[in-house]
Amino acid sequence: MTNLASTALQSPAEAELAAVIVEALNLEIAPQDIAPEAPLYKEGLGLDSIDILEIALVASKRYGVQIKADDAENVRIFASLRALSDHILRHRPAPGEGHRPA
Amino acid sequence: MLTDEPLFAHRNADTPFAFDRGWIITAGQYLADVMSLAARLPAAPLLNLCIDRYRFAVALGAALVAERTVLLPPDRTPVTLEALRNQGALALLTDEAERHDGPDTIVAVTTGSDPAPGFTVPRIAADHPAVVLFTSGTTGTPVGTGKTWRSLCRSARAEATALGLTDRSRLSILGTVPAQHSYGLESTVLLALQMGFAFDASKPLFPADVRDALARLPRPRLLVTTPVHLRALCEDPVAPPPADLLLSATAPLDTTLARRAETQFDAPLAEIYGCSEAGQIATRRTTENPAWRPMDDLRMTQDHAGTWIDGGHVPGRVLLADVIDLRPDGTFLLHGRAADLVNIAGKRSSLSHLNHHLNAVPGVTDGVFVIPDDGNVGTVTRLSAIAVAPGLTADAILAALRERLDPVFLPRPLRLVDRLPRNATGKLQRRQLLALLAGDEESPR
Repeated sequence: MTNLASTALQSPAEAELAAVIVEALNLEIAPQDIAPEAPLYKEGLGLDSIDILEIALVASKRYGVQIKADDAENVRIFASLRALSDHILRHRPAPGEGHRPA
Repeated sequence: MLTDEPLFAHRNADTPFAFDRGWIITAGQYLADVMSLAARLPAAPLLNLCIDRYRFAVALGAALVAERTVLLPPDRTPVTLEALRNQGALALLTDEAERHDGPDTIVAVTTGSDPAPGFTVPRIAADHPAVVLFTSGTTGTPVGTGKTWRSLCRSARAEATALGLTDRSRLSILGTVPAQHSYGLESTVLLALQMGFAFDASKPLFPADVRDALARLPRPRLLVTTPVHLRALCEDPVAPPPADLLLSATAPLDTTLARRAETQFDAPLAEIYGCSEAGQIATRRTTENPAWRPMDDLRMTQDHAGTWIDGGHVPGRVLLADVIDLRPDGTFLLHGRAADLVNIAGKRSSLSHLNHHLNAVPGVTDGVFVIPDDGNVGTVTRLSAIAVAPGLTADAILAALRERLDPVFLPRPLRLVDRLPRNATGKLQRRQLLALLAGDEESPR
C-alpha cells in the first residue's frame, strides 16, 4: 500500500494529523495511506469545501490554530497533508497560550 | 399591481449599501457601478459568477437596468458551462479579469466608477424575467427556474415581514452562502436591495473569517448561514461576536444546535424553508416551536398528489416534494425534508442521486432508496432500498451498485418486489415503503 519513495513517508506530526483528519471526516482510507504530498482537494483525497471547513475546525480544537481564507497562503496550506502539517506546526501557540492538543 | 419596482430602496446617495473589509460602499457608488457596467454588457447570455457579493449585486443591477436576464449557475465547472451554452458562447461576469479556456467572453465587474450627478434610482419592469436560478438536476444537468423582478421583490418583502425586519431602518447582513443560490440571493442581496439594508461583500467559510467579518459590521447585524457553518462556528473554541439575528436554511437544524447558536451569538435564530421552484415558503423560530409558519400571502392546499403552494411571490402553483403535515392553525410540520439529504459516515449524497443510479442498473425497472425511521440525518445509519428487477438477484444489483456508489451508500437490505406502491401521480408514500420493508413475506429472491 505504502509508496516507498522517501518523500512519501509521513513524519510523526503528519501521521498524527492524518489520523485526526481520517477520524474527523470518517474517510474510508487508512491514515498511513494518505500520501504526504498528494493534493487534499478534489483530484487527490477528494475533499470538498465542507471537509476543508471540518479540517479548519480540527486545527482550531486540537492544535489551537485558526485557519483563515484571506491568508495569502491559503491555497498552499491545503495543497497537501505536508503543507497543512507544516502550517499547523508553525502557527501552534506556545505552551501556556491558546489551546493545547487534547 | 405595480408595473415597475425600484432597483433598491436606499434613500440617499450616501446611505450605506455594502461593506468591504470595513469600508462603506454607498448607494450612490452602487448606482454609478451599475450604470457603468450596464453600458458595456455584451450581447451573449449573462452568467453572474461573482463570488464577491458587492460585485454580484453590481452585475445583477446592471443586467436589470439593461433589461437583460442573468443566469445564476450552481457552479462554474466545464460541464455546467457546456450545458448552458445551448445558444452559443456566454458572457461570464467575474470578480476580476481572468484567463478562460473556451469560447466565452470574460467581463470583469469593476467598482469605484465615477458617480454621475443626481441620484435617480432606476425602475425595473415588474414582469421582467430577472434571473434564472439553477439546481443540479437528478442526472447532473442543471435545471433552471426563472424569476420575474416582481417575484424577487415580493419574496424579499415577505421574508422581511416574516423575520420582523420591516420596522428596521438599518441592518448589516453577512452571508456564508453564495448569492447564486436562491437562499443566498433572497436573504442577502435581495433583502438588502428591497429593505435598504447593507450586506458584507465577503463570503467567509472558516469560523475565524466569519467572526472577523461579523465583528467589523455595525449592529444590528444578521448572519445568513447553514447548519454546517453554524456547527463549525459553535464547536470552535473561540467564541463568536454577538449578532442580532441568525438565519439558517438548506437543511433542518436540530433544536440542540439551534439553542447553542442562540446562546453563543446572543441572538434569536430563525430558519427558512423553501425550494427552488417556489422560492422561500415558511419560517420558524426553532427553539420555540417546531412548526413552520408560511410567509404572508402564501396558501397551502393538499390533495391526493401532495401539498401545493401558491399566491404571493410563488409563480403559479407549485407541488412541494416534501411530506407536509398541515395543521388547522395554518402552520405545518415537515416530514422528510431531510429525506433527500443523506449523510452517512461523513459522506454526503442525496436520495435523488442514489435513486438515479439504482434505476440506471440494467434490468432494474423501478427502484427507490429509503432512509429508515431510526436513522437520523447526521448520524451513522444505513439505507434501505426497494427495487423491481425481474430476473435479477439482490446480489447482482448490489454488485452493479458497488461500481457506481460509495460503499457507505449500498442498501442494507435491498428488497425486491413485483411493483412499487406508486399512487395515481406516480408518487411513493413513505409509510407504504416502510411497511414494505418491514414485511417479511417479500424476502429477497
